[in-house]
Amino acid sequence: MTTLTPVRTARLALTAIAFAALATAAGAQGTAKLKVGLMLPYSGTYTALGVAIENGFKLYVDEQGGKLAGREIEYFKVDDESDPAKATDNVNKLIKRDNVDVIVGTVHSGVAMAMAKAAKESGTVLIVPNAGADAVTGPMCAPNIFRSSFSNWQPAYAMGEVAAKQQGKKKIMTITWKYAAGEESVNGFKEGFEKAGGKVDKQLTLPFPNVEFQALLTEIAAAKPDAVYAFFAGGGAVKFVKDYQAAGLNKTIPLYGPGFLTDGTLDAQGESAQGMLTTLHYADGLNTARDNAFRVGYAKAFKLQPDVYAVQGYDAAQMLGVGLNATKGDISKKAEFTSAIEKAKIDSPRGTFTMSKSHNPVQDIYLRKVEGKENKLVSIALKGLADPARGCRM
Amino acid sequence: MDFGTFLVQCLNSVQYGLLLFLVASGLTLIFGIMGVINLAHGSFYMIGAYMAFALAPLFGDQFLLMLVAGVVLAAIFGYLLEWAFFSYLYQRDHLQQVLMTYGLILVFEELRSILVGNDVHGVKVPAWLDGSFALGSVMSYPWYRLFASAACIVLAVGLYWVVNRTRLGMMIRAGASNRDMVRGLGIDVKRLYRIVFAAGVALAALAGMIAAPMSSVYPNMGASVLIICFVLVVIGGIGSITGALLASLLVGFVDTFGKVFFADLSGIGIYLLMAIVLIWKPEGLMGRRS
Repeated sequence: MTTLTPVRTARLALTAIAFAALATAAGAQGTAKLKVGLMLPYSGTYTALGVAIENGFKLYVDEQGGKLAGREIEYFKVDDESDPAKATDNVNKLIKRDNVDVIVGTVHSGVAMAMAKAAKESGTVLIVPNAGADAVTGPMCAPNIFRSSFSNWQPAYAMGEVAAKQQGKKKIMTITWKYAAGEESVNGFKEGFEKAGGKVDKQLTLPFPNVEFQALLTEIAAAKPDAVYAFFAGGGAVKFVKDYQAAGLNKTIPLYGPGFLTDGTLDAQGESAQGMLTTLHYADGLNTARDNAFRVGYAKAFKLQPDVYAVQGYDAAQMLGVGLNATKGDISKKAEFTSAIEKAKIDSPRGTFTMSKSHNPVQDIYLRKVEGKENKLVSIALKGLADPARGCRM
Repeated sequence: MDFGTFLVQCLNSVQYGLLLFLVASGLTLIFGIMGVINLAHGSFYMIGAYMAFALAPLFGDQFLLMLVAGVVLAAIFGYLLEWAFFSYLYQRDHLQQVLMTYGLILVFEELRSILVGNDVHGVKVPAWLDGSFALGSVMSYPWYRLFASAACIVLAVGLYWVVNRTRLGMMIRAGASNRDMVRGLGIDVKRLYRIVFAAGVALAALAGMIAAPMSSVYPNMGASVLIICFVLVVIGGIGSITGALLASLLVGFVDTFGKVFFADLSGIGIYLLMAIVLIWKPEGLMGRRS
């Protein structure tokens, strides 16, 4: 055994300090977590949707070992309460107080619009995992704003084409609440339907969120159109479909709509929704290897069946992952981050999709039919449908 | 619009109006007679609807029995609520009443969220009322809506009889006009109020139960009906049951035909109506000048 001379002791100490310094430096790099702000509805009518989106997002991150591009994720959560009046304050909590690197949100279109505005001003990356307002990837579009879901125009336009070409309808009435999402949807439908040779006869509206439909159903019964296109969601969708059947209209005048008319509402709609045709970018029984794996993974992790909202959350995480991989985890390299997502093919459970110039998915829209408690896949209504992104200058 | 359609729209108007009357009659009792601005009245309607959702599976096709059970439960609930909260409110000013009853809305909504969640639920129409019958060449009209109208008419007549022909009704009417006089006559005003309040809650809950199979059951359903109810009470004249009935039918017609002919204005139709009535008769259609 050698004795420790002062020189040796000094050398040993220096070596130890050098190693320690290296270790801390490495450690410091490892602990620089990526801050992800989740601004979603955690209370109110849309709670279940917010939870599904968060679950989907976390499922993908967990599949990557809890890291994206080698960076651990730290979550900051804000309940947006689906309240546009609080939206600006809420999103600023994430941007200014928590200094997040990226924001994921939300469900409500009005709130999403405020978020898009804040993201545009601050340059923070925003990924919208649901809200379909056409304007988010229209006039509001920006290099740092992405959407992993759909625009209201997309499923509506596809349904219009199906109604005219496949179902051979000539004269159709539309009905919706008099608010932005409803108007965007019936306009998209009208565009697709009339381009394919049909004619939208009359457009019925009622104030949001009024659900006393009986008078308008009487109007429909009297006018006897070939079919009706309806946009409602949540409680309104349940009630409309039930009232439509109770008035005996579903026997003679088929009811069409975007998927929101029957998604997540079939339990309550029961018998009245059976056989209805709707269009959406997701369907039950896609039965692809990708979707099956996703569904099993989701069910295992959360003891819940996934839905379209879970898919959109999952794909928001995928898009973020693509951008980060291209910049080796450095989200401040904005140009490279954006161009990576723009070029990417996202391997989604819904089927592969790419990004349009305005950062909205270019995706297949499925035609689905209600069977039991599922929106069963019938066919692909339109392949690779891109939103026209009117008003987007980028 | 041909004549057949017109008739069906009239039927729709009456049905909607009568249902509104059922909710508003309870409010007019509470607001008009006891002078309490009860913002929680819409919640009683919502509670009724959720009660139907909870009770319907237990009673199956015994729908009428379920309504009776629900009314009894609601009346007991109302009685206790009056004893615990509202009895302290009569002497307070309107601001305090608004604050407390608004607080109750939040409590009821939160309880609902905890107990049944935020999902939308459907309530099955009982088998013997399921289906619809042909009405001219226009459309088939659901049996259940006809039943709802009939039930509301029976209740409206019953209420009219109680208020105008019985001793209890006399006390209620007297209480609406002059509270101190009634007290002076040696009538137990405290107990009278408690009964009237319980009846008001029961009526709103009954309306909710009847509405549930037609309108499904959803969070915040009380809020929208509450605003219309206040409009009705104001149009009809505060404290007048007959006025509430007239106003309900009027609003039913304006809302229904407004939706069809002036879709863009349908949201403000009833407020226009209220403005016109108030210009013409500031105390409401059947209101008393104070």
